[in-house]
Amino acid sequence: MSQSYNRGLVEDFGRWKEFSAGMWAWIFHKFTGWVLVGYLFTHIAVLSTAIPAQQGEMVTNSAGEQVDVYTNTLTLLESTFVVRLLEVGLLAVAVFHILNGIRLLLVDLGIGLESQDKTFYASLVLTGAIVIASVPTFMAGIGGA
Amino acid sequence: MWLLQRVTAAFLVVVLAFHFFLLHFYHHAFEITLMGTQTRMQDVGYFATMWLFLVTATFHGVNGVYNALVNQGISGTPKTAVKAILGLAGLLLVAQGTRVALYMNGFLA
Repeated sequence: MSQSYNRGLVEDFGRWKEFSAGMWAWIFHKFTGWVLVGYLFTHIAVLSTAIPAQQGEMVTNSAGEQVDVYTNTLTLLESTFVVRLLEVGLLAVAVFHILNGIRLLLVDLGIGLESQDKTFYASLVLTGAIVIASVPTFMAGIGGA
Repeated sequence: MWLLQRVTAAFLVVVLAFHFFLLHFYHHAFEITLMGTQTRMQDVGYFATMWLFLVTATFHGVNGVYNALVNQGISGTPKTAVKAILGLAGLLLVAQGTRVALYMNGFLA
């Protein structure tokens, strides 16, 4: 006699101890996706300062010079340590999403089905290595250095 | 939608990596000025790539959020409402992003 089981919601986070590598990859991909789409809206909002800048809106910067509002906004943001730190975080999120995305595209094509776990761990390691190697570039020029 | 999510993914892998390299490694983000942005955006190929980047990233992101919420089990009216809100948010983002891009390349002033 057949019997059905209610296995509950696939993404029931209360069951995190039962999650396999594939499930963690799925969750990380989703989390990084949420961050990236949130950033996309913020990014366009910041870049929108190009509109008043093109219309000639000038502001006085910290050195007392007259600069356009777009350049001033970006310079001000980039001179903030927390923003630089968040950029490194954004890089980590983007790199993982790209690498795991490639992994997912390959799996969808039937490539690497047998080594899904290994490729997930490789994505994590490669993300870590790329992010650490990029820290000096992302922190360049902070504090007038 | 399933196929479009993957096609945009393949495009975004390349363009997102290019965007990061160009504006963090080739040019430093802290050195970006309106003049530099204008110069880049006046190149038709760069403008077209960035506009396609905006459209594909918006679709991929908004559709991804929708898929995530469907996986979480939303259905019925909430599902319809989420679809409408995300669709509208995506259209507004593309409209504003296009407007910004056209100001950046000097088409609008």
